[in-house]
Amino acid sequence: LVGRMRRLTGCSLRLAPRYNGEVGDIVVGRITERWKVETNSRLDSVLLLSSMNLPGGELRRRSAEDELAMRDYLQEGDLISAEVQSVFSDGAVSLHTRSLKYGKLGQGVLVQVSPSLVKRQKTHFHDLPCGASVILGNNGFIWIYPTPEQKDEEAGGFTTSLEPVPLSDREVISRLRNCIVALVTQTFMLFDTSILYCYEASLPHQIKDILKPEVMEEIVLETRRRLLDLEG
Amino acid sequence: EDLRVDGRGCEDYRCAEVETDVVSNTSGSARVKLGHTDILVGVKAEMGTPKLEKPDEGYLEFFVDCSANATPEFEGRGGEELGTEIANTLYRVFSSESSVDLKSLCINPREHCWVLYVDVLLLECGGNLFDAISIAVKAALFNTRIPKVRVLEDEEGSKEIELSDDPYDCIRLNVVDVPCIVTLSKIGYRHVVDATLQEEACSLASLLISVTSKGALTSMKKVGKGSLDPESIFEMMETGKRVGKSLHIALQKILDEEESLGTSRQKVGFLG
Repeated sequence: LVGRMRRLTGCSLRLAPRYNGEVGDIVVGRITERWKVETNSRLDSVLLLSSMNLPGGELRRRSAEDELAMRDYLQEGDLISAEVQSVFSDGAVSLHTRSLKYGKLGQGVLVQVSPSLVKRQKTHFHDLPCGASVILGNNGFIWIYPTPEQKDEEAGGFTTSLEPVPLSDREVISRLRNCIVALVTQTFMLFDTSILYCYEASLPHQIKDILKPEVMEEIVLETRRRLLDLEG
Repeated sequence: EDLRVDGRGCEDYRCAEVETDVVSNTSGSARVKLGHTDILVGVKAEMGTPKLEKPDEGYLEFFVDCSANATPEFEGRGGEELGTEIANTLYRVFSSESSVDLKSLCINPREHCWVLYVDVLLLECGGNLFDAISIAVKAALFNTRIPKVRVLEDEEGSKEIELSDDPYDCIRLNVVDVPCIVTLSKIGYRHVVDATLQEEACSLASLLISVTSKGALTSMKKVGKGSLDPESIFEMMETGKRVGKSLHIALQKILDEEESLGTSRQKVGFLG
């Protein structure tokens, strides 16, 4: 299953434009092997042990035990959110998850789009009022997940909930996912407001109907109109 | 709970586009786009000799080509194994006597018959290949026009075959009984129809069944490394028959609509 997952991230034709990392970018990536991360770049990104946060947010030098513990925690095929720490001369990117808001991702849906469609904003973590949260990775990996209930206790991704996600949350997430696909198909920039407006425009339709060509055109047009109104 | 990632229910198909007569120098052709899966089928009718064991019938030959553009795995000779598997499945599906009226393809018993060469080209792989291919094959066969021939016998008893001069004078195939493949992929405890690539990656076992428009099962094949419980196989078969029947109805509706537009139909083809 892991091998096939790797193949999946590589074979999407829509990802033809590659991601060029810049310091400070937020990315979502998939662990391929210790400690390389697939981020749709030309070269695999690297996540160094020293750049990962420890349980509880401690800061101390990592030991061999930590390395073994890390291996249990982050496995091949897992998804993480991270920040670009530095870029090597050959273009390869070094990632860190030193803040508690980064780390392993739990249950959710991944949408892979062209990096050029992700608008650069002050923050890429958004809790949308419709009932779900998104991470808009600069590398084009979009992560949609149920908004966690306790916001004050940020565990840095060490506790991943395997509780079944309620149907209402899953409906919101599926709808968001289809809206993002619609925006991307119409080559529309992705940012929190565009996704939200598109979501609201899609409400009269059934979730599965959003992907019909005529419906996609309609809701993206509506989104465009509302955004223009906002500016004007 | 019947909700998949893209909002579909377990028995819903993705938005499909079917267009026939897209390749000009074939006897019949069709293109099917099911989500990100893109299939092109061309049918060429050529004269050949009937097989020894079936002297008064014509036959079908299937060739499947996995284009290197479809997915990176198909680079070089990677797609050959999959191509052979699909071709073998198509032979099995069409091996039933009732799927295509092979006797209508006979010109001269033991001497001449029509051979339909069906070429399947995989343009893009987006999950659920078999279903899309079977839909495209049925549409292409529906679109196939075989020229009418007359057998002339002269005084010495040797037979000559005369092709009708009128290019519109041709016979059409009856595709009412041509089966379509429905793939049911088992994910967890449920099974889904028309799996996307991501869903296929999560499915350990699938059942391929070919269903005719009347709901009759003509063949069945299990694929995948996982195992299937006999009870779930039965459930999947029932779902397959149900879904297959509505698939045939929807497909026939599209084909009839296309047909009714006649030559004035605007073809999208490859440049649309």
